[in-house]
Parts: sequence; structure tokens; C-alpha cells
Amino acid sequence: MAVFPWHSRNRNYKAEFASCRLEAVPLEFGDYHPLKPITVTESKTKKVNRKGSTSSTSSSSSSSVVDPLSSVLDGTDPLSMFAATADPAALAAAMDSSRRKRDRDDNSVVGSDFEPWTNKRGEILARYTTTEKLSINLFMGSEKGKAGTATLAMSEKVRTRLEELDDFEEGSQKELLNLTQQDYVNRIEELNQSLKDAWASDQKVKALKIVIQCSKLLSDTSVIQFYPSKFVLITDILDTFDHFSPENANDTAKETCLNWFFKIASIRELIPRFYVEASILKCNKFLSKTGISECLPRLTCMIRGIGDPLVSVYARAYLCRVGMEVAPHLKETLNKNFFDFLLTFKQIHGDTVQNQLVVQGVELPSYLPLYPPAMDWIFQCISYHAPEALLTEMMERCKKLGNNALLLNSVMSAFRAEFIATRSMDFIGMIKECDESGFPKHLLFRSLGLNLALADPPESDRLQILNEAWKVITKLKNPQDYINCAEVWVEYTCKHFTKREVNTVLADVIKHMTPDRAFEDSYPQLQLIIKKVIAHFHDFSVLFSVEKFLPFLDMFQKESVRVEVCKCIMDAFIKHQQEPTKDPVILNALLHVCKTMHDSVNALTLEDEKRMLSYLINGFIKMVSFGRDFEQQLSFYVESRSMFCNLEPVLVQLIHSVNRLAMETRKVMKGNHSRKTAAFVRACVAYCFITIPSLAGIFTRLNLYLHSGQVALANQCLSQADAFFKAAISLVPEVPKMINIDGKMRPSESFLLEFLCNFFSTLLIVPDHPEHGVLFLVRELLNVIQDYTWEDNSDEKIRIYTCVLHLLSAMSQETYLYHIDKVDSNDSLYGGDSKFLAENNKLCETVMAQILEHLKTLAKDEALKRQSSLGLSFFNSILAHGDLRNNKLNQLSVNLWHLAQRHGCADTRTMVKTLEYIKKQSKQPDMTHLTELALRLPLQTRT
Amino acid sequence: MGTALDIKIKRANKVYHAGEVLSGVVVISSKDSVQHQGVSLTMEGTVNLQLSAKSYTLRCDMKRSLLAKDLTKTCEFIVHSAPQKGKFTPSPVDFTITPETLQNVKERALLPKFLLRGHLNSTNCVITQPLTGELVVESSEAAIRSVELQLVRVETCGCAEGYARDATEIQNIQIADGDVCRGLSVPIYMVFPRLFTCPTLETTNFKVEFEVNIVVLLHPDHLITENFPLKLCRI
Repeated sequence: MAVFPWHSRNRNYKAEFASCRLEAVPLEFGDYHPLKPITVTESKTKKVNRKGSTSSTSSSSSSSVVDPLSSVLDGTDPLSMFAATADPAALAAAMDSSRRKRDRDDNSVVGSDFEPWTNKRGEILARYTTTEKLSINLFMGSEKGKAGTATLAMSEKVRTRLEELDDFEEGSQKELLNLTQQDYVNRIEELNQSLKDAWASDQKVKALKIVIQCSKLLSDTSVIQFYPSKFVLITDILDTFDHFSPENANDTAKETCLNWFFKIASIRELIPRFYVEASILKCNKFLSKTGISECLPRLTCMIRGIGDPLVSVYARAYLCRVGMEVAPHLKETLNKNFFDFLLTFKQIHGDTVQNQLVVQGVELPSYLPLYPPAMDWIFQCISYHAPEALLTEMMERCKKLGNNALLLNSVMSAFRAEFIATRSMDFIGMIKECDESGFPKHLLFRSLGLNLALADPPESDRLQILNEAWKVITKLKNPQDYINCAEVWVEYTCKHFTKREVNTVLADVIKHMTPDRAFEDSYPQLQLIIKKVIAHFHDFSVLFSVEKFLPFLDMFQKESVRVEVCKCIMDAFIKHQQEPTKDPVILNALLHVCKTMHDSVNALTLEDEKRMLSYLINGFIKMVSFGRDFEQQLSFYVESRSMFCNLEPVLVQLIHSVNRLAMETRKVMKGNHSRKTAAFVRACVAYCFITIPSLAGIFTRLNLYLHSGQVALANQCLSQADAFFKAAISLVPEVPKMINIDGKMRPSESFLLEFLCNFFSTLLIVPDHPEHGVLFLVRELLNVIQDYTWEDNSDEKIRIYTCVLHLLSAMSQETYLYHIDKVDSNDSLYGGDSKFLAENNKLCETVMAQILEHLKTLAKDEALKRQSSLGLSFFNSILAHGDLRNNKLNQLSVNLWHLAQRHGCADTRTMVKTLEYIKKQSKQPDMTHLTELALRLPLQTRT
Repeated sequence: MGTALDIKIKRANKVYHAGEVLSGVVVISSKDSVQHQGVSLTMEGTVNLQLSAKSYTLRCDMKRSLLAKDLTKTCEFIVHSAPQKGKFTPSPVDFTITPETLQNVKERALLPKFLLRGHLNSTNCVITQPLTGELVVESSEAAIRSVELQLVRVETCGCAEGYARDATEIQNIQIADGDVCRGLSVPIYMVFPRLFTCPTLETTNFKVEFEVNIVVLLHPDHLITENFPLKLCRI
């Protein structure tokens, strides 16, 4: 095979740049410009599912252009087309529901600011639990529907009797005893399911019966501490039942409702009758317009018949809930419930309740906290958008009742925070007067604190409020009570006072929580305290000057919690720190915090967690600046490296930071390093050089070597730059075939190609070392590429060789395309020396031989396509970089052209365009020889 | 199968008054043609006269059945007697119950002390309207277990030997459960069941009357009943 000599084309980069550049056109305001933002207003005349008639008009600010995105779509976009073809009933339903929603918005006032019941649900279930055994007493087995079709025409008494007999005959267990709480919950869930099943299979009477039986469970107050949770579970079932009620009001629906109401009215027992009727309250609107407004007061009165105060208050809570959902405008009912509740309030301390508590072995302080969920809810419903006067009246009436801690607590939980905050001193007075025995006072202070976190008390009262409150809080003996209360008040303290008061509070918390390692049980609260403090102190120098802040952090002794806290602090720092800092207090504290985070990393740490920690530490490193004291800055980076050596992204950040530092120095010295700065820059370079090998990611290392080498070059550290490049070259053989990217194994070749191309661009300007041969770096790299085990079926190696050819052509130019200031590249070193050029051309020949060899091996059927495209790309390279006045090169290019077209694999359009380009180029001076070439390049017509 | 019969009456609530025309349609749904020897409508009025020695029961419901070959579909509807003429006058009743007001007590001394007050808004009741009133437990030594309203139908039938009288409980409704708050009025409210009540009827041969009992259960085991005769009418 003939060896083709290489002759580079001489390039005049300046002239080429000038000729390639687009002509600048001045632009008047309002002229069309393709990058100007386009506003599209689309108006559809017909949008129904008749595709043909769809028309859309688009107009844009620049009237000449149509928005390319909207014009792609054929008139209507697929989503709206789908919507238009959707079944009209669904559409009507949607419209109906939206209309209903609007109607509701009009006449009701329940907005998003009303905390819905669903929010309370989980909390109640989590809080009111029991380990005692529960029982469910049902007349009807949940899985058997045998009595389901018995007509309600029989009198209730007879029916019950019959069912009892039935049950007896089948030997079914009516009373489920000894259930654990979880069994109980499961059983209720089963009932809920059988309710749905019964309804779905049209056994409406059975459904109703299930609901009645479930409601009956609410009259059972054994295991009283579970009652609130039981209430939640059972009312869930009632909600399910409510969803079944008809939506539209026709005669049949009306008749069905009427039937139901008759059936419900004949339920013998009061409590199920109440709950079932309340659950389908909204059906009243089908019977008459005033149905709901008549029914609500009647149900309210009905609750008076419930003797047990706990059962009764939950019944009221349920009625208020249903009332708020169905008819939020009927405020009087809510108020009536509240006042009725106050009237029966004394019952809580009556004999009946006391006897019951004795029987169950429940103390008053654990009995009273069963009330707040229901009371808070009732109070919340009433106080929602209520006038000030009503709230004042309610408060006054609560005041009048003796032993009103419970009431006071609910008032504070439910009323508007602003209302409470402005009367803080009154409330503190009332809390002080409360009887200690029933309801714990620290809960009252907690509730008050919660309000003060949301709304501000009058300026003049603020300090007094804090003093009064803290006086009580600090006396709390039980660490749990203490911390629950203190946690809430920290917010108030941070909001209105300076670091001195915050410091005092933190000190007090430390004092209370340290004995007996009480902090171990209160990490969540302590974490909240830290969060609140950092939320209010955005200035970290102030934050860390709070003396007790770091000692406070020391209480987090469980590692996972400590790391969480550290993360919060760093997160806040990154978010709020505006200016770079060198404040030693901040640096010391945050280095400590970051070190804590870093030290938590071990072999089991998840990648995500590492990434998060690295992000936070990097954020810190970026914010540290010693200004012009570069040496201090470097020693900070040195210290950081020793501290954070286990987090690769941090090390990467440090290397980038040091490189930046070197470039900063260069900028300050305007490129002329003094002896001192030159030494400093070398220190920076050395830092990078010894840090990079400790990284694991191969491409991270390669890119950092290249990048640091560029920085070294820019700072005239030539031998250091050589070292970086040599290191990079010797690393290339280690690149594995597959690398892990985001948890997936991917072939590495494309990454390697990308890196090498980047590397070549740098190598252009790296001057040869005086003691090594010509182009020793390029040669070394070529050897490595030659020896690298490439994928069998890939052309990457050849693509790289093509790039090498480009590099070598660029190197043979008289003046290079770019330079580094104050670094003499090979162009000025050799000054176009013929020996250098000969060496260069020899290299080119070797590379070309390799390429041609490879093209030959592709002459097999399955590889023809690759041969064609590689051939064309080689052709293009010669066209761009080679001197085609050389006959051999000229002949080679013609051969390649034919090769590319030989098997009909070439894309005709590309070929046509290439030919056009050649003809265009031939018009330029010095390029006339291309005219002749163009004649020798036939276009193959597809047959 | 395939063939189904259905009767659809025009009025959804199926309530008619004497002298009105009952109209509607018979729907025969079938996949293919059906042979028949005519469709006939039969109406059957059953006033359930159960001939046990004691009870007469008057039911205001009637049955109507339709026969088409072997297919039968029955559909119940209700006939309300014509509204009564005459003016409705409410007749409120106040009551007080203490151990002293009770009759029929064996050992009055064993009874715990209590005082119940209340009123019924009217003992003349419109059958479609609920019975309403209030009850206040002013005081009670013993804890209250339950307060119930018991609706009783009294049927009297004259016959050769004299007359037979039978009282049946037709509805029992709890209005208070547990030891209710003293001094707070508890509502008395009862809907008259549609199928078991009719206007009070008095003829020479038989009478249908209604009464309501207020039943108070006290701990440990006391039962106090106060009886009020009612007069039901339909307007």
C-alpha cells in the first residue's frame, strides 16, 4: 500500500475568522429578531371534536413569525382534543361540580385558612392509644349479611329479637372480646369494607345497619383513653356512608331520603340515631329548602340527651364538623353547641364521671386531656372568621366557670393567634389562677407560646410576658414537660429579643436537660429549638457569639441526630450568608460543624447522603475568603483537605478553589509573577498535583489533571504543566471500558474521545521540553492510544486519529490559532523549522496509514456503512486541513470520495452539500485548484 | 328468562288518597317477542284483619298484583284516608314527675328522690308532624340510665261478650342516654312511623287509639312511666 505524504494547508486564521463572521446589522426597536421573546395569543373558534373544522389563529408580537411550537400541532393540541372528545356526561358533571364549587364559594366562608379535620385525624390516632383489651359488640357479624334483608317494617324490638335468635342459631360470636388495639382497628376497617361492599351490591338496608351498629360503638366508654381514636375510626365509616348519599334532587332521590329519615327516626338508641342522622345531614336539602337549617338546631338539642360528657362533646364535635361542611353559614348552631357545652361542663367533675374513672382506674390528669381534640375542633369552628365581640363573649363565659384550665387551653388552641396575643397578659393571669389539679399548667403555657409564635403581643408587654412565662417554665420538674413547653417559647424569644435573652434561654434548657442525660429522650424538641434559633439569626457571627449555642449542640450526642442538626445549620448558612467571610468565630464553628458531618461518613453511608453532605461542605468552602491574604486562603484549603478527605466532591471543589486562587494571583500580578507570587503559585500547583491522585473517579482525575495543567501553563510553570500532562497520559490506559454513571454502567469510549479532543486542543500550545524530543507529549499520547484496547466494533480510535491529524496540521502553521500570554509555544520556539515540520509530517503519515488500514478492514458487508461515513469524514479532514495542490493527497481525496459512495451508503444530500461547499471555496483566492477537484468528484445518482 | 315485568307508578312516594286515579305504566322488557293471553291488572285491598281473638289491625297499605301468564309482579302503594275536616287545635300539656305523683308504687320509701318537669307541645298531633316537647331533670338522687319515649297503639274491639282491648308498643325511642345534665332541657321528639300509625279512630264497634309513655330508667333498677293519651289526625 502506498504511503501518502501529508501536506498541511497554510491557514490564515485571521482572514478565515473575518470571512466566517456574520455581518452585524443594527437593529431598530420593534424590528423582528429571532431571539426576541414571542408571545402567542391563540384563539380557537371551534374546539369541538370535528377535526377538520378546527381552526386556530396565532398571532405574535412579530407578526411575520408563527410560534414554531404551536405551529407544529395541527390546530388543537392533543390534550384539549382529548378533553373535547371526552364523554359529554363527564364534561357536564365536571361543569356541574365546578359550578357547585363556585356556588359554595359564594355563600360560604370556609377557605383554605380553615384547618380541615383530616389534619387532626392522624394526630389523634397517634396520640390516644391503649394497651388494654377492647371489645366490639355487634348484633350482626361483619362478614355475614344474613339479617340484611329483614324488613324494617317490623318493629325494632321484634327485629332485634329475631336477629339475636338467628345469631344464636348460627352460633356466631356477637361480642368480640380481648381485641388489641390493632385488632380493633382492623375490625373497623373490615366493617368499612363490608359497608362499601353492601352498598355496591345494592344491599342498602344492610349498609344502613352496619352504620347503625358502628355508631352504637360510640356509646361505649369502656377503655376511655381510646375513645378519641375510636371516634376517629367510626366517623371515618360515617364519612364513607355520607359519600353514598344521592347527589341530585329528583323525586326518587327525595323519596329515598324520606325513607331513610323514617328509618333513622325509628332507631331506638339515641347515640346511633344522632350519628346516622348527622352523617346524612346534607340529604335534608332534598326534602325542603330549609331542611338543613331546621335540622341542625334539632340535632344540637338532641345531644343534650347524651349523659356522658365525653361522648357528648365528641358528638358536638362531629355535628360541628358536618355542619361546617354542609352549611358553614349557619353559625348559630355552632355557637349553640358551644354554650350547651359550657352548660354541661360541670358534669366533668360530677359523681357519675368520677365513679367511672375509679372503676377504670384512670386519673383525672389523664382523663381531661381526652377532651381537647373535640373541644379544640368546636372552638376552631366557632372562632373561624368570628367577630371579635363573639370571641370576647366566649372568653368571658369561659372565665366564669370554675376550674377552667381545659376551656382556657381550647380557647388558646382554637382562637385566632392575634386575638390571644393581644391579650397575653390576661391569659397569663388566668393561667396563674387555674386550679393545678386537673389540667397541667405547662400545657397551658405551651398553648400560649404557640400563639405568640404566630402573632405579636403589644410591644410594651413583651418582656413581661417572657419573664412571667419563663418563671413558670423553669420550675417544671419533669424534663419532658419542660422541653415541650420551652421548645415553643424559644420561637417567641428569638423573634422579639436579642442574643442575650436567647443565650439565657438556651442556658436554661441545657441546665434542665443535662441531668440524667434527659436530652436523649428529647432530640426532636431540641432539634426544633436549633431550627428556630437559626431561622431567626441569619447573621452567623451573631449566632456563634451566642455563648451557649455550641454547648447546646453538644447535647446532640446521638450521631444521626447530630449530623441532622449540622445539616440544618449549614443549610441555613448557605441560604443566608451573602458575603464571603473570614470571621474566625464563624470559621471555627462551621469547620467543627462540617467536620462532624464529614466524620459521620462510613462505608455504609448512602451515595445520596454523601452528595448532600458534600454539597453543604462545598457551600461553606465557597463562602470562605481571606480577601488578598492568598496564603491564608491556601492554608485554609490545606486544612480543609486534611479534614474532608473522605468526600471526593469536596476534594474536587478544593482543587478547583486552589486553581482559582492561582488564577486570581495571576490576575492581581497582571501576568507578571514576582519571585514571591511565583513560589506561591507553584505551591498551589503542587497542592493540586498531590491531591488529584487521591480521587477515585477516573475521568475526574483526567479532567482535573488537564485543567490544573492549563492553570500551571497559564502561570508559566512549564515543568509542572508537563508533569500534569504526563500524569494524564499515563492514566489513559487505566480507563475501563465501562464506567458507572448515576448507578448505570455505560461504555466509556465517548467520554474518552471527548477528553482526548479537549487534551489535543491544549497540547497545541504546550511548548516542547528542551531535553525531550520533538512533540514528545503527542508521541507519548499516540503510543497510549495505540496500545489501548478499544472496543472491537468501534471506530473511536480512528476518529481520535483524525483529530490528531487536525492537531498536527494546526501545529505546522506558522502562527498558531491561540496562545497563552507569556508562554512561547512551538510556533515561536521552532519558528517554522523544516526539521520540525518534517517530524510533524512523518507523524501525520503514520496516522494516515493507520486510518487507511482501518478503512480497508471495513470492506465487509456489515461494515460498509461505517466505511462510507468514516471515509467521508476523512475526506472532510483532508479538505479542511490538507493542501490539495499535492497530487497524491488530491488523488487520495478523490479515492475517498468514491469509497464513500461506492456501496450506496452515502447520504446524497450530504454529498451534494459537500460538493457545493468545495465549489464555493474554489472561488476564494489560493483555492482555485478546488475547481478542478470538484470536476473529479462525481455525484452518484441513486438507481 | 329474558322477560321481565315491572310496574311503575307515577308518584314516586306511592301515596294516594281516596278518590284519586292511580296511574302508571307496566313495562315488559324482553329480548325477543313474547306470547301472552293478555295482560291483566288486579288490585287487591287488604285490610289485614288478623282473626286472632284479640287484635284487629288496620293497615293502610294495599296490594295490587298483575298477572301475565306465569309472570307476576306486585307493587305496594299506600292509600291515605281523606284529610279530616275541622280545625286543628293544639293542646299543650305540662307535667311534673316526682315520687309523690306516681301511682302503682309498692314501697314509696325505697324510691330515690327526683324531680322531673316537662311539657308536650300538644297531645293533639298531626300524623305527619313529629311529637315534640321538652323534659328537664331538675334533680335526681339516683343516676339516670335512660329516658325513652314509648308509642303505644291501643285497639279496642266490641263483641258479644263485651270488648277486647289490646295495647301494642309500636315504637320506642331513647331521648336521653346516661346521666343527663341537671336543669338542662332535653328535647322530646318523635316521628310517627308511617306504617304503624293512622288517625285516631272511634266507631261503635272498634277503636284505634294511641298513647305515649315517657319512661325513665334510674340506677340501679327503677322504672318510672308517665302516660299521655294522644289524638292523631291527618290534615
